[in-house]
Amino acid sequence: MTVRKLPWDLIVVGLLAVLPLIPGLVTGIDRTLKVPIGSELTTLFIMAILALGLNVVVGYTGLLHLGIGAFFGIGAYTTGILMVPSYPFQVSFPVAIIVATLTAAAAGVLLGSPTLRLRGDYLALVTLGFGEVLKFAIKNLEEITNGTKGLNPIPPPKLPGLDADWSADYRYYYFLSLFVLFVVLIVLRNIENSRMGRAWVALREDELAATCMGLDTTKLKLAAFALGAGLAGLAGCLYVVKLGNTADPEAYGFNRSIIALCCLILGGLGNRTGVLLGVFLVLGFDNILAPVADKYMQSLRPTGAEVKDYTTFSFWRLMVFGLALILAMRFRPAGLLPAKRSPTG
Amino acid sequence: MALDLVLFAQSSGNVYAQSLINGLTFGALLALIALGYTMVYGIVELINFAHGDLFMLGTFFALTVLSTLGLTGAGAAGASSGQLIVAFALMILLTPVFCAALNWSVDRVVYKPLRNAPKLAPLVSAIGVSFCFMNVGMFWNAMIPENGKTVPSAADRNFPSLLSNDNLLPDNALKFTVKDAVVIGVTIPIMVALTLFVKYTRLGKAMRATAQNPTAAQLMGIHVDRVIGATFAIGGALAGFGSVVFSLTVNTIGFQIGYQNGLYAFTAAVLGGIGNIPGAVLGAVIIGLIRSFGSVMIGEKWTSALVFAILIAILVFRPTGLLGSRVREKV
Repeated sequence: MTVRKLPWDLIVVGLLAVLPLIPGLVTGIDRTLKVPIGSELTTLFIMAILALGLNVVVGYTGLLHLGIGAFFGIGAYTTGILMVPSYPFQVSFPVAIIVATLTAAAAGVLLGSPTLRLRGDYLALVTLGFGEVLKFAIKNLEEITNGTKGLNPIPPPKLPGLDADWSADYRYYYFLSLFVLFVVLIVLRNIENSRMGRAWVALREDELAATCMGLDTTKLKLAAFALGAGLAGLAGCLYVVKLGNTADPEAYGFNRSIIALCCLILGGLGNRTGVLLGVFLVLGFDNILAPVADKYMQSLRPTGAEVKDYTTFSFWRLMVFGLALILAMRFRPAGLLPAKRSPTG
Repeated sequence: MALDLVLFAQSSGNVYAQSLINGLTFGALLALIALGYTMVYGIVELINFAHGDLFMLGTFFALTVLSTLGLTGAGAAGASSGQLIVAFALMILLTPVFCAALNWSVDRVVYKPLRNAPKLAPLVSAIGVSFCFMNVGMFWNAMIPENGKTVPSAADRNFPSLLSNDNLLPDNALKFTVKDAVVIGVTIPIMVALTLFVKYTRLGKAMRATAQNPTAAQLMGIHVDRVIGATFAIGGALAGFGSVVFSLTVNTIGFQIGYQNGLYAFTAAVLGGIGNIPGAVLGAVIIGLIRSFGSVMIGEKWTSALVFAILIAILVFRPTGLLGSRVREKV
């Protein structure tokens, strides 16, 4: 009896594509929750791409990577430099997104080639260190990156055949990000089932056995690093284009990397649907649920009362987050939706 | 301009000597935190991400002790030397106990059930504990009033300056202050004691055995879980000493200092070869020196980047750290 596994990740994307087309639904939610849900969901899609990139390195290949935020930043600043008016390039969006992805992937190869022979925890530390170096470089090279003020304004993307005012409706960015996410999911789906994808899993499960089977571990790890970094760069490009500037360099630091890692681990390492679930839980909590709960609690207070910051909901978000991670590891160490280990199992 | 250069040439010798002093003091302080990382890693192979934040909570505990004694804010200025000695004694005794108990309990509740889980699981739990600690730190900050008023929870705050900044050296060109002396005077004996402890006591021997091979240690009748608990407690106590020394000499604390200094300390541990006790001290001193010389030679804002860049370079050429032995992968 063969039951075809449903492609849940693509089904989720399909449902999300329908969501803004139902008239009045999103604006209705916005009005009730007082949070721009369409725009927040767009951010979630972009972060999902970042997490999927990290998933290639950590989930498929089993290398602990603590500096994915750096590659996110490389994509972001490449886009910034290519698109802002203060630089002479001012290329169109499709060119920028391709160059940003490739630059980040190249940086991944550059970092990976001398360091991939390191053992697990040491590799984790190198990626962490690289992330910190890059963050400080972005912050301090003010002539190039404009320091903490960031590069701006990044013009809205111009796509051939579409002449629209991007700031008027959240749906342009929404569909753009969702479309890119869709493409990424399809590509990853195919890579997962390819020779390389299976080799990655073999490497994760037992590196020694994989080597004995004749797999070129260095090349495979490097490919995973490059693909992960490239996807992070792609996400970075979309992130700054949506934001209109390159934001504070802190946006590309350790925190970003750790949050992305938390999404993966909570959702289920190595499983695309799990990663999507993780992103929606973690960032949905952070960007949507916490502000909503804050506003609700604010409405309960008598007006004019002094508000101590520890009586708000978002003050305790780190605690909620931390406890969620601890409990998840205690009771579901492989994540909420664990990856299937083998096609027969 | 020319005069400046002459003056600089004359003083540059002093500048470097000063950097040496500053680097060694900061390195000694960092070593206390780095030892906690390295001991725990050596025994359970866990990067304890929450260790830096444990150190941070220790600083707030020390502040609470002072605040209970009425020595914060305006009270600090009028304190008699007798009061100061009592305050110092209480802080240096209670803070390590607090940190040790906290670290031990966290191991008991969070990490112990995960001993046989995949390696990522305790690491992620440690990140979770780190988040919880940071939140507690913010709350704690808001709970200790300053001059009767609550302070914003996320803001940095002053730790009362109880030690003087007087120079102990006769020549004013070079500074070795009372604070520096306290750092050295607290850290060096602790490190010596730790080394002797690990080398000569029964528990120390059991710790080394467990680090080498937990199963074999268990077969020899060592209560492995108790040894692991003791390691967490000792690591926590070291962080507690670190918090007292840090608060008394740096005088600025906040919920984020754990992340900052924890990252440095962790880097130090890996630099020296994680799991290796002298290595952690060596790594911490090197990082202290890189920081102080870096800020003189290439500027303050680049020092953090420099520390991590050198770390990457060292790991590329010596993949197991400076003193780490090449461990054969278990097959």
